[in-house]
Amino acid sequence: MSWIDIGHIDDVPLRGARLVKTHVGCVAVFRTDEAEVFAASNTCPHKKGPLSEGIVHGHKVTCPLHNWVFDLNTGEAQGADDGRISTYPVRLEDGRILLDGAAVSRRSAA
Amino acid sequence: MQKLVVIGAGMASGRMLEHLLDAAPDAFEITVFNAEPRGNYNRIMLSPVLSGEKSYAEIVTHDDAWYAANKVTCRFGEKVLSVDPSRKVVVGEKGEVAYDKLVFGTGSSAFIIPCPGHDLPGVVAFRDLEDTTAMVEAAGKPGSKAVVIGGGLLGLEAAAALRLRGMEVTVLHIASHLMERQLDPAAGYLLKKDLEKRGITVLLEASTREIIGNGRAEQVNLADGTELPCDIVVMAVGIRPAVTLAQDSGIPCGRAIKVDAQMRTETPDVFAVGECVEYNGNLFGLVAPLYDQARVLAKTLVGEPETFAMRELSTKLKVTGCDLFSAGDFADAPGREDIVYRDPARGIYKRLVIENDRLIGAVMYGDTADGNWFFGLIKEGGDISEMRETLIFGPSYQGGASADPLSAVAALPPDAEICGCNGVCKGDIVKAIEAGASDLGAIRATTKASASCGTCTGLVEQVLSVTLGDDFVIPAAQPVCGCTDLTHEDVRRLIKTAELKSQEAVWQELGWKTRNGCHVCRPAVNYYLLADWPLDYRDDPQSRFVNERNHANIQKDGTYSVMPRMWGGMTTPEELIAIAEAAKKYDAVVKVTGGQRIDLLGVKKEDLPAIWYDLNEAGMVSGHAYTKGLRTVKTCVGSDWCRFGTQDSTGLGIRLEKKLWGSWTPHKVKLAVSGCPRNCAEATCKDVGIICVDSGYQVGVAGAAGMDVKETERLVDVRTEDEAIEWTTAFIQLYRETARYLDRPYKWVAKVGLDWVKEVLADDAERKALVDRFDVSQSVYQVDPWAERAVPDAARRFQPLADLTVEAAE
Repeated sequence: MSWIDIGHIDDVPLRGARLVKTHVGCVAVFRTDEAEVFAASNTCPHKKGPLSEGIVHGHKVTCPLHNWVFDLNTGEAQGADDGRISTYPVRLEDGRILLDGAAVSRRSAA
Repeated sequence: MQKLVVIGAGMASGRMLEHLLDAAPDAFEITVFNAEPRGNYNRIMLSPVLSGEKSYAEIVTHDDAWYAANKVTCRFGEKVLSVDPSRKVVVGEKGEVAYDKLVFGTGSSAFIIPCPGHDLPGVVAFRDLEDTTAMVEAAGKPGSKAVVIGGGLLGLEAAAALRLRGMEVTVLHIASHLMERQLDPAAGYLLKKDLEKRGITVLLEASTREIIGNGRAEQVNLADGTELPCDIVVMAVGIRPAVTLAQDSGIPCGRAIKVDAQMRTETPDVFAVGECVEYNGNLFGLVAPLYDQARVLAKTLVGEPETFAMRELSTKLKVTGCDLFSAGDFADAPGREDIVYRDPARGIYKRLVIENDRLIGAVMYGDTADGNWFFGLIKEGGDISEMRETLIFGPSYQGGASADPLSAVAALPPDAEICGCNGVCKGDIVKAIEAGASDLGAIRATTKASASCGTCTGLVEQVLSVTLGDDFVIPAAQPVCGCTDLTHEDVRRLIKTAELKSQEAVWQELGWKTRNGCHVCRPAVNYYLLADWPLDYRDDPQSRFVNERNHANIQKDGTYSVMPRMWGGMTTPEELIAIAEAAKKYDAVVKVTGGQRIDLLGVKKEDLPAIWYDLNEAGMVSGHAYTKGLRTVKTCVGSDWCRFGTQDSTGLGIRLEKKLWGSWTPHKVKLAVSGCPRNCAEATCKDVGIICVDSGYQVGVAGAAGMDVKETERLVDVRTEDEAIEWTTAFIQLYRETARYLDRPYKWVAKVGLDWVKEVLADDAERKALVDRFDVSQSVYQVDPWAERAVPDAARRFQPLADLTVEAAE
């Protein structure tokens, strides 16, 4: 893995998200707690809603367009909806958010 | 396979087919004729369709798929010309069908008073979907008037529904009190009073002389000389069985088709069911006995013994807010005694009729909760002398039981009837629950209880609750969401009484089941906190829907729309130039909105702070077109320019908008001010709409022009602009403090009642206190969200956190 420093945890609002542009498309970095982050595809498989604009609750996010709910651990849609978003390795070190560069590189996109 | 032909796809024959297909799915090859070009729907529910509370699709009981799945040949829209019992064939417009068994389910038709003009277009009955559609069309015309002839069950439901649609409605009734077959004069009086309160005119002992009009019904003239102009006349004076076809076919008829207790006519292999039958000299109009007949006929057709028996009937009216119940015999007669309870202030009246220590009749108005218990006593016919003293207070006062609302239902015997339409008793429901039904839907599916008119839904839920105990929570008190068992009202109340001032406090103190709520409860709790504690609580953008967090409306392609405020719909050449330049610079599409504003569509999220900055520079602030808050105040040009204008409507609109902008409310709030009753600003369908008149200002509230369309109701007439602003502000603050999140003002007013709102606001001290509390909230929240976010530090948050596509290329 090649960890890339993408910013400080305080750049992401608590129970909010920020966007990272990558070669595999837009990735949303979610901050679910004071020191807890997840990274997943920003695009809802239903109608392409921007998940980084959704309401973050527990380890879940609700799509702002039609309220699909995704578990950020697995990327699986919850409840009756059927679909999945990609999730990416991400970790915190001294307040810095590190995203796995290999997972979002051009090669993994191929 | 035997051939079964059914003439008529109504509620009775439909129910008969259901029973028949359940019992013997392959016994018959079934053909159904129906003169109406559609299958079976729940005719009882035409009233809610007429009022707009339900759609036709919701009341269909058998759709095309049902007929197809059960291999029923449908000849809908085709009239039956004749029946030949000697050859055993039915002759339809499109050809003959042979039968082994034939069922008449021809129902009834409306009785039309043969007065002059009864055949004019615009005179309808209230029997089928065509009638309903005609009434809805008539109601669509603004200021339209309806005359309903007949003050019985059907006529009053039609009148109430047309009134809900905004028509001026007059009910004509020939008797001296309403619903005289079901109610005594006292209850009839209370019903009349309630109907008049909601704006329906009721004329008793009114005899229709003629209906006149040029090509269509335009006026009803009464025998006493009264003239009633109208756009539609609804005749709801009664029904008569439709038996012409049966008579012509030689089936023996009295007032209707004569049947025995097995639903057999006197002609071999010919049966009849529903409103077209006569049994022991009785005719039938209410649905419960029709369903009994349907069950009996299905058994007869498959060769099982079953007997139809007459039973006591009870009546309820499906008009929201008019609760009445009657059962048994309540006419005055020698040897009968009355127990009467009256509470005129609350509009409650109960009367029990007793004969030989037995309850034989009950009439209730206003509070009908104990109706079914009394109905049970009437049917049992037991001696009530032991409990006579407390009888009128209902089951909770018998045998020392507590006043727990559920105890009444718990005390009901198994054979107490819960659903009158479908003849389902408590025991049936308990059996269904024991067999696994655990919610209302399952009970409806297995027993049909509450599946017709629905007025017994609450009772069915109580039976569920009593039987299942803690496993069933009565959904009448819908929790906010899965995170809590509390309702919106509970949460609001607890936030105030327990002084909860943060979301964390709400989650902890109220036992939230999730770590930090969900997308449903978070925005609601966030709103309740900021509305109740404006100085202590800080708004949490992360608990807001994307539009309110980004201060722009997200569009389906992920871009946003931006709308600057134009106070009262006024703008200047300078503002227009700035808007035009911004539109060009950020490649936006320009749209003029219904609220007199200019909307810039298709702006990218990253560009939002920049376009806001540009518009701020030109002196404009956010138009809040995206909030559950004050949207726009629409105005006409008023006395400044208009030759009809009575007051400065534009000026008042601007003052209102400057006072109210920036406030958060349970749902969006739209205002308008019109300078004269011509109402160019369309103020009469707004949350608050003010009409200027020579003598001052008419403040109307609780209008709607969205999913529902509703005219405003008059809150108050005031003389000065200041008073109009004070009343408007106090109304909005009361709404902010007491409404449920996501209820528009008209929904809130419907729940709390306009009378209550008026009562609160009429108190000078309370009205001023509301305005003061609004001003306190505005001291925090009346800030331009654009200016706050157009500064570099905040604007950064609208950009991506990182761009790895650029770094990788380097």
